[in-house]
Amino acid sequence: MDAISSPTGISREDVAHLAKLARIELGDAELDHMAQELEVILGAVAKVQEVAGTDVLPTSHPIPVTNVYRDDVVKPSLTPQEALSGAPAQLEDRFKVPQILGEE
Amino acid sequence: MISIRSDASEMADALTAGTTTSVSLTEQHFEQIAKVDGAVHAFLYLDHDGAFEQARVVDARRAKGEALSPLAGVPLALKDVMAQKGIPTTCGSKMLEGWRPPYDATVVTRLKAAGIVILGKTNMDEFAMGSSTENSAYGTTHNPWDLTKIPGGSGGGSSAALAAFESPLAIGTDTGGSIRQPAAVTGTVGVKPTYGGVSRYGLIAFSSSLDQAGPCARTVLDAALLHEVIAGHDERDSTSINLPVPQVVKAARKLDVKGLKIGVVKELQGEGFQDGVLNRFNEALDELVSAGAEIVHVSCPSFDYALAAYYLIAPSECSSNLARFDSMRYGIRIGDDGNRSAEEVMNMTRHAGFGPEVKRRIILGTYALSSGYYDAYYGSAQKVRTLLIQDFSAAFLKADVLVSPTSPTTAFTIGQNDNNPLAMYLNDIATIPANMAGIGAMSLPSGLADEDGLPAGFHIMSPAMKDDLMYQVGGTLEAALLSKWGAPLLSKAPGLAVNS
Repeated sequence: MDAISSPTGISREDVAHLAKLARIELGDAELDHMAQELEVILGAVAKVQEVAGTDVLPTSHPIPVTNVYRDDVVKPSLTPQEALSGAPAQLEDRFKVPQILGEE
Repeated sequence: MISIRSDASEMADALTAGTTTSVSLTEQHFEQIAKVDGAVHAFLYLDHDGAFEQARVVDARRAKGEALSPLAGVPLALKDVMAQKGIPTTCGSKMLEGWRPPYDATVVTRLKAAGIVILGKTNMDEFAMGSSTENSAYGTTHNPWDLTKIPGGSGGGSSAALAAFESPLAIGTDTGGSIRQPAAVTGTVGVKPTYGGVSRYGLIAFSSSLDQAGPCARTVLDAALLHEVIAGHDERDSTSINLPVPQVVKAARKLDVKGLKIGVVKELQGEGFQDGVLNRFNEALDELVSAGAEIVHVSCPSFDYALAAYYLIAPSECSSNLARFDSMRYGIRIGDDGNRSAEEVMNMTRHAGFGPEVKRRIILGTYALSSGYYDAYYGSAQKVRTLLIQDFSAAFLKADVLVSPTSPTTAFTIGQNDNNPLAMYLNDIATIPANMAGIGAMSLPSGLADEDGLPAGFHIMSPAMKDDLMYQVGGTLEAALLSKWGAPLLSKAPGLAVNS
């Protein structure tokens, strides 16, 4: 699983798939360009694997913290009008969004 | 006589003494902005009304004899990554064009409470991704030392505003060097506090385990004064450190480094570093020795892997954080014709709203986190992070602070790295380790490089929550260099001669 020693060539199709996952439409020229750039960047960053031995524990957060809880009391917060103030579209105090489900 | 070239601390003293007013200082700075910002383009938005309102309130309270915060009435420029209620906040992106946040970031709440006058929002690389402000959707900021050069990034608007005397104070955020590298290339001071030292609430997130807000100024003392305004525990940020704020103002005033051990990091000099930058760095070390410090040499072998690990961790966290820009709740929405699905609208909006560097990093992060590659990339990068922290711990047993040049080169020419993201990333080679380990770090001017006469930065890293140590060393070095130069470095900036 972690035996990828060097980045395999990242294809235009790979980038198209990643863009789909990331919900970013990319044009043909963008896909070509990005595939080339990612190949170079991945080639440079792959060196992390050289030192990442199995005896090294991963660190996700630089300063150790433990989860904290606050008292469950109501505090002032945004009004519906404030929360909706930046909405691209709204209807009846709610965010109005394009259709989520298909017609059928 | 107080002028726009005065230090923030001098402005504060004059306000206290009653020899100037906040309204007058605010007027003078808006005049300077009107004069030079067409060429510099440090600001994305100016809040004349809000600034003068705050200035009048502070002047009135002072006239009544109320006790005020040390920086009350002093102007400041705010990086556009910080949410400010009712004020356009774009983060340098088309995605947030026209957005006016309904709330203040905690940093902004604290600035307002301290009576600081927020002049406006400063330019930055889109979503803080970049080292030059060239990735801003609203045009590049120009370095006041040479308008053909970059002002650093991502916080180039804040650093340029300081160097062009458009503001005596600014706020930046630093994920891999976005406060310190702009400070280095503009001859100003920038500090990344210990991670968790300053609240991230209301800071538009790029890479949450690395992002840290901090003070930008023209002197170490001014940075310290601002540091104490914005730092401290905040229950709205779960990573905020609940400990007393290090006494950085006291440390900046100490002007004494006798007995302190200064560790020079072997891996952060040499190849890739400009000769003139290294020359000024070595001379600064001599000044510290003359002031009574001891130089020790340390090696941090894992630093050679820090840049690679950073460019996996930051894009990974960015790909997750920027998922919130989905065109549903705020920001722009493209293609909603009543027929397209939410997903199609999302795809079109993110295509139109994000610039090339942001897209590149989101895609890179999506790749690094995807199943089958996670262990090799993101997982390995997290292990490098462990090694970096271990190297820092070992080095801090031998030295009180660690030092290096801030940026390997002086400011490069606008457009120079347009088609070379990797070359751009190398700007952060010395600044990134501090973010990865969460420790505090500062950049202050070390002088002008021989080759091009542009500013170079001296970088000081201190152990977590010992931010006072870097202020002590920085303040002492600044005083020694000032006495050697006879005047602040910024007085030598050729591009500013017309401003005074």
